[in-house]
Amino acid sequence: MSAQDVAPLRRSRPRAAWHTGTVVETRRETPSAARIVLDVPTWPGSDAGSHLDVRLTAPDGYQASRSYSVATASPGGQVVLAVDELPDGEVSPFLVHDLRPGDQVELHGPLGAFFVWRPGESTRPVQLVAGGSGVVPLYAMAAAHGAAADATPFRLLYSARTPDDVFFADELAALAGPDLALDLVYTRGAPAGWPDPVGRLTREALAARTLPAEQRPRVYVCGSTGFVETVAVWLQELGHAAADIHTERFGGL
Amino acid sequence: MSFVTRGFSGRKREADPRLPPGQTLVQDWPVLSAGPTPRVDTDDWEFTIRDETGADHRWSWDELLALGVEDVTVDIHCVTHWSKLDMGWRGVSLDKVFENVESEHEYVMAHSYGGYTTNVPLEDLLDGRAWIATEAEGEPLDPEHGGPARLLVPHLYFWKSAKWVRGLTMMPDNDPGFWEQYGYHLYGDPWKEERYW
Repeated sequence: MSAQDVAPLRRSRPRAAWHTGTVVETRRETPSAARIVLDVPTWPGSDAGSHLDVRLTAPDGYQASRSYSVATASPGGQVVLAVDELPDGEVSPFLVHDLRPGDQVELHGPLGAFFVWRPGESTRPVQLVAGGSGVVPLYAMAAAHGAAADATPFRLLYSARTPDDVFFADELAALAGPDLALDLVYTRGAPAGWPDPVGRLTREALAARTLPAEQRPRVYVCGSTGFVETVAVWLQELGHAAADIHTERFGGL
Repeated sequence: MSFVTRGFSGRKREADPRLPPGQTLVQDWPVLSAGPTPRVDTDDWEFTIRDETGADHRWSWDELLALGVEDVTVDIHCVTHWSKLDMGWRGVSLDKVFENVESEHEYVMAHSYGGYTTNVPLEDLLDGRAWIATEAEGEPLDPEHGGPARLLVPHLYFWKSAKWVRGLTMMPDNDPGFWEQYGYHLYGDPWKEERYW
């Protein structure tokens, strides 16, 4: 194996380390989620799609850690997370409801060098498929693509319950256009005059509103386990190679 | 560098000494994998150990089960901070599989249907510490959880318990597998929190 073969893996990338993040802003993202902006002076930068661990410590030393996708980040700058509250959760309700500007949390990252997209690395088109809060790492990729003015064709199919449940709605609307084909599927309620049926994503809608397999897109799918399992099976039935389908799941069976 | 997070008291408070540091007890069973779920029929399933001579030792599904299945109850710990305790599994001990395999090599690369790999020291697979698991909690393994068969190495983080396992290759060196190349620890002891390098 030549050095060139291993270059994508060995490519210098930030090594995961512990960082202190100071909350700059927290605001409602959707009815169940908060956007959290952290000032992280030591953050080394991270590839779009990567994640980090948030660690919280109680006064008696009890600790809880959870992984969250990074929505946007810049080296030595701000790290933006979007955290969906899990019913009966331990960490997400605290992050969504109790975190205030000035609070500090421990962060470990950046983590995950597989479910990432890097500008300039490949000219293969990219199809993103998001279910609910699974859009966060995919939004990071779309934003990085836009910021880099990368010429790779990008398309995002995003399944959300209602317009209120769309994460980064304004940012995605601003990115949509020639550089990002944005397809929204509403499962519970759509805006007035919405042309498409409201309901769960179907195989037909997936086929009609994603890049065809003949274009050999790299496909990134993120959402609940059920969503990702369903979509990944359909994608393969539509001719996409398993190796072209990258997945990130949350939740159990 | 840990410091108290203002306002955080924690709610779950598992004091169970079987829970490694940084782990949270879950009741459901999260699914994590890098790509689509391979679906492999037991009729087509085959398990192979390749030794340093290049020779393959092969077992069909029935041949594997004929080595003798056993029930084990173990705790599992995922690097993404969840653990399940007292899980009932059924599978074939790797001691049985290795009974007739001679190798000087000290490391193993596990290979899966779908292309996943993970590296494990051979000694961590022997002496009753690892299985090829075919059932969990009384049911055949779901494809999402690695069915029809996955490696079960409960004393290491669960990414070492390769789903959809199809074989092992003996290695002289501890070469990194899939996640290990992407920054996960070469060994992965949950009690030492060997998550990343």
